Amino acid sequence: MKKLFLIGMKDLKLVFRDRTALTFMLLAPFLLTVALGFVTGSYGSGNASGIEQIPVLVVNQDEGELGTALADLFASEDLSDLVLTTQVSDPAEARRQVDADAVAAAIIIPAGFTDSIIPPDPSAPAGEVVAIEVYKNPTRPVGSGVIQSIVEEFLSRVETGRVGGEVILTQMLTAGLITPAEVNSLVADLAERQALAVEAEPALSLQASDAGEQQQAFDPMAYMAPGMALMFLMFTVSNGGRSILAERALGTLPRLFVSPTHGAQVLIGKVFGVYLTGVMQMLILVGAGSVLFGLQWGDPLGVLVLILAAVFAATGWGMLITALTRTPGQVAAIGSAIMLTFGILGGSFIQVSIMPDWYQWLSRITPNSWGLDGFTTLGLGGNLGDLGAPLLGLAVMGTVLTILAVLFFNRRPLVKK
Amino acid sequence: MSVILEAKDLVKKHDDLLAVKGISFDIQAGEIFSLLGPNGAGKTTTISMLSTLYLPTSGSATIGGHSILTEPMEVRKVIGIVPQEIALYEELSARENLVFWGQMYGLSGKALKARVDEVLEQIGLTDRAKGRIKTFSGGMKRRVNIGVGLLHKPRLLFMDEPTVGIDPQSRRAILDSVKELNRQGMTVLYTTHYMEEAAELSNRVGIIDHGELIALGTQAELTRQVGENETLILHIGEDEDALALAGALKRIPGVMQATATDHEVSVIARQAEEILAPVVTQANERGIRIHSIDIREPNLEAVFLHLTGRALRD
Repeated sequence: MKKLFLIGMKDLKLVFRDRTALTFMLLAPFLLTVALGFVTGSYGSGNASGIEQIPVLVVNQDEGELGTALADLFASEDLSDLVLTTQVSDPAEARRQVDADAVAAAIIIPAGFTDSIIPPDPSAPAGEVVAIEVYKNPTRPVGSGVIQSIVEEFLSRVETGRVGGEVILTQMLTAGLITPAEVNSLVADLAERQALAVEAEPALSLQASDAGEQQQAFDPMAYMAPGMALMFLMFTVSNGGRSILAERALGTLPRLFVSPTHGAQVLIGKVFGVYLTGVMQMLILVGAGSVLFGLQWGDPLGVLVLILAAVFAATGWGMLITALTRTPGQVAAIGSAIMLTFGILGGSFIQVSIMPDWYQWLSRITPNSWGLDGFTTLGLGGNLGDLGAPLLGLAVMGTVLTILAVLFFNRRPLVKK
Repeated sequence: MSVILEAKDLVKKHDDLLAVKGISFDIQAGEIFSLLGPNGAGKTTTISMLSTLYLPTSGSATIGGHSILTEPMEVRKVIGIVPQEIALYEELSARENLVFWGQMYGLSGKALKARVDEVLEQIGLTDRAKGRIKTFSGGMKRRVNIGVGLLHKPRLLFMDEPTVGIDPQSRRAILDSVKELNRQGMTVLYTTHYMEEAAELSNRVGIIDHGELIALGTQAELTRQVGENETLILHIGEDEDALALAGALKRIPGVMQATATDHEVSVIARQAEEILAPVVTQANERGIRIHSIDIREPNLEAVFLHLTGRALRD
């Protein structure tokens, strides 16, 4: 166990003395984050969250309480730092402005939205829910993503309230506490209360979910920075794999195998070194992001556990690439290609949620996608308890890839016996 | 003397290539034993099997009483390895390399520090201990490479062509250090394709060619195999046809063997002086200019030539 640790620490030391590796591990993600920050306009406004206000149009054709509540939410003081809302009446004009890149998104609340959620006549059969349209500007993925998150959270609260209301009314009716004649007036009252409730309690995306916590603004840089960090994490793990094959070529790996150290200790030690390097890279990038950009990453424990899981999954990929290749050059070439592919596929450059279903499905093979989900959740105020899906996805990915790598290493050992 | 290494019928097959074809030999504790042979003869493969890196295809060996097949970890504690290539971490300093490898051999704490200091002194790099390996000359790297093999004070040291590609001064220093280590009681298995090194260092020599041990014994025992024959070395120009001259010299009465290498023709005869005149005449007749002529007493080169019909550097 001690030798395993020593081998890992030695590799960590070697990487941190390799200027080229450091450039790709630390400098490149940093510079790209800064560059993307400028491109997406995340600098320069000087407001509290450090980002420009996201311009958004709201078209409210609904005459009910819920449509008004959503429109009021976007016009509220709570969101004034984050969004710049303009109310318009014509949906076509709103879409045209999005197409012209004048705004990040348009929210179109159709007529009958409230009635489709809470029917004025509860005894009538339930019709189809009228959907709110978020018309997004694809050139502003971060801004439009934030708008969509707010709307989704609003709808989630509305749905929760509707189901709860239905259950309460049914139980009251069954227990004889109200008469069928009183239901209509109670529904109207509930709708009004619900609208007031969602207005009074801003969406989760703008506030920490736990009572008592300070309000937390979502910073798009907190999406871009982990996106870049996760992309260059793939460089680190493939570089680690490359170092294993390089050690074989240089003779230090065979030398380790003839020292009184078990072969498994040597290999696990090498993988541990790759893992350790990835964790250090992520911690440094997260720390630097906080210090230099003032990024709010969210729950520190959640961030730490997410990093450990993301690096585990990425290391699995690194080991599989190493097991399937023969030379350090091959690992470097394939590793670079995978780094870029995963970066694009996993959402480091574009928001996956605006892409087609097949794309979103495919993105799940990347640690980037799961990792970004986790960082976004934390950035929006979630904590470790909200990371179930990303952590599970990353853990399964890391485990499956490691098993595959071990199988391939067994079929073709690093040092021929 | 006790036997520290005993190899029996070691065979190693790499895919379809039979790299080692049933080698058997033993090494006595306290001696320097050399495996002498040209590149590709099977020296490194033999050392790789003995050091437990490769599993023999068949055959076995014991080192310090431990089987390389069933007790590899015990064998590894007995032996030290100086591989042919510089197996060091270039970005680490000499001291950091020695500390890391010492830890891999189970050293730690004050004992490790003291041993690293001793080895640095031994290889003459105390002053450069903090220098990174990548800044070292080839000779200095070789010395650290040897130092790593000495850290745990092995009873048997394997040195696989440790002087390849270095300057004469460093080579001299390494040969002297091997003799000094042996004087201090370390047993050494030394592989080389330089006849002079094997001759200078070894108590006994095994000559290996095409994966087979073709001769084994002390230098005196081996040279007796070629009798009292002498070797005439003709140094000729770069553009001269050494092969044609060797062919012509074979026809001279008294010449037992003639072979050509780069710019040399080696001729074996019972009495070199007797064939000197006709050899020079033949060269003149072919318009080949001889730069110099050496007459050598029977040596390992002659033994190899005698046994294989080829020079060691072929």
